Amino acid sequence: MEAKINKTHREGAVLFSPYDAGSSIKKALEVGRENILFEVRESKIKGRGGAGFPTATKWMLVAAAKADKKYIVCNADEGEPGTFKDRVLLTEYPDLVFDGMVVAGYTIGAEIGILYLRGEYIFMLEQLEDYLISMRQNNLLGKNILGKEGFNFDISIRLGSGAYVCGEETALIESLEGHRGEPRNRPPYPVNTGYMGYPTVVNNVETLASISKIITKGADWFKTHGTEKSTGSKLFSVSGDCKKPGVYELPWGTTLNELIKIVDAENTKAIQVGGASGVCIPKSQFDRQLSYEDASTGGSIMIFNESRKMLHVLKNFMDFFVEESCGQCTPCRIGNVKLLECVERIEKGEYTFSYINSMKDLSRTMQVASKCGLGQSSPNPFLSILENFKDEIFRSKENGVSHA
Amino acid sequence: MLVYEKNSLSDEIEVLIEKFGKERSALLPILQIIEKRHNYISEFAQQEVARLLDIHPVEVYSVVSFYNFLHRYPQGKNIVRLCKTISCDMAGKREIEEALKRELGINFDETTRDKKWTLEYTSCLGMCDQGPAMLVNDKVYTKLDPETAVQIINDTK
Repeated sequence: MEAKINKTHREGAVLFSPYDAGSSIKKALEVGRENILFEVRESKIKGRGGAGFPTATKWMLVAAAKADKKYIVCNADEGEPGTFKDRVLLTEYPDLVFDGMVVAGYTIGAEIGILYLRGEYIFMLEQLEDYLISMRQNNLLGKNILGKEGFNFDISIRLGSGAYVCGEETALIESLEGHRGEPRNRPPYPVNTGYMGYPTVVNNVETLASISKIITKGADWFKTHGTEKSTGSKLFSVSGDCKKPGVYELPWGTTLNELIKIVDAENTKAIQVGGASGVCIPKSQFDRQLSYEDASTGGSIMIFNESRKMLHVLKNFMDFFVEESCGQCTPCRIGNVKLLECVERIEKGEYTFSYINSMKDLSRTMQVASKCGLGQSSPNPFLSILENFKDEIFRSKENGVSHA
Repeated sequence: MLVYEKNSLSDEIEVLIEKFGKERSALLPILQIIEKRHNYISEFAQQEVARLLDIHPVEVYSVVSFYNFLHRYPQGKNIVRLCKTISCDMAGKREIEEALKRELGINFDETTRDKKWTLEYTSCLGMCDQGPAMLVNDKVYTKLDPETAVQIINDTK
């Protein structure tokens, strides 16, 4: 059936709690920049895209920068396999996201916000454009917003064209500027030299949505959810072998065992936390917590039951990285091909353990030598699946491995 | 390419440049529209865009060749992109794949002779909770089974 946009009733402590459109902008304009920065810092919110950089630090750097222009970019290039929380936020809670962008724009002194929407989500473009028009009509966008003299801000939407690597913030900026989506060397970071060379904040969709809540309800309230180091709640995109897949809002610190019960999964063998670039956690470690300090994730949770072959899962991930590597730096461009080749050899039973060990060395080289997060994290599933499921992969005849 | 076709394409690109501006950042939106209208971005179109944006043609080529949704060779009028990532794979991507191949008589990364259909794989579409999923032009279809997938193709024709 065709994917349509329909608002379903969702329950959650933070993001899915009731919210009046525009209220965070109103509050932000009342309390002023200093207080917003203070609240955001106090809330200890970290980036929701996966990397977990403190949002307040980003904002302060750009707010303090002296430049003619500044930009706020919302990263909606949600390409990590198994992630679809931004789809839900943008189609069902655009008020939270866009209000968060306006608050960010006001705080850092930007007049232009850009939403970089992945090409695959073009089906929601019209609805988002309509929503922006209604914001302009209500003076939540445009000139002198809500009567605040001198605060002009508008948002435009730019479409991606099917490149996973553009979710990396510097690649995203390259793409916005009309180049190939190849990550830049960092430093300089986008907070200094971002879009068109101006200071730029790049935030995840969920981060900006959370900001709207922090501004309206306060940092102390936000901190009552989650753990000491991972404050607030998180949207988890759950897919795979479970009866109730979908987006769940849960506090940070939820354990994998708790999660399995919530989504009604049976005979679970493994959970891939953090998408293709995350790690695969076996049953013996299901007491681990979902948080920045333990099992960190941008929200992707993929569940595998006993019937799944982990080598097949690994092959699918490596296939993905070979295709999505931008090809700019050698460790990633060649490394991923070599790792995929290794998986294929294991599949055929044509391997030696010294070969596999050298591929593990290569993985560790990729982790330190690759230019961006893609190549640094693409060996994660390779290392974690070969380590955690070695019995299944190397000792079982069922896996199709022929021991001559 | 005939002369009048070239002229009309040039005119078309000029209009697009008037709309999006002469900045380099306009390149991707312009290419996306050309791709949508013509189902690919011909060598001549790349050269024209380069000339009007005042950049080297190889810059345009480098961008067209980078993005999965931009093509240098003619594609079918309709493009089917089937999600091949693991969640859709486990939900039954294989059966959809076979049904589409049989129905259209082509393999993936091929175009039918009447230039109506192109089959492609794509990475995660963000519909993992409702797999298997596919993108037909701008529309996303979820919870597919082989029969409905073929039905969607027939309805789009």
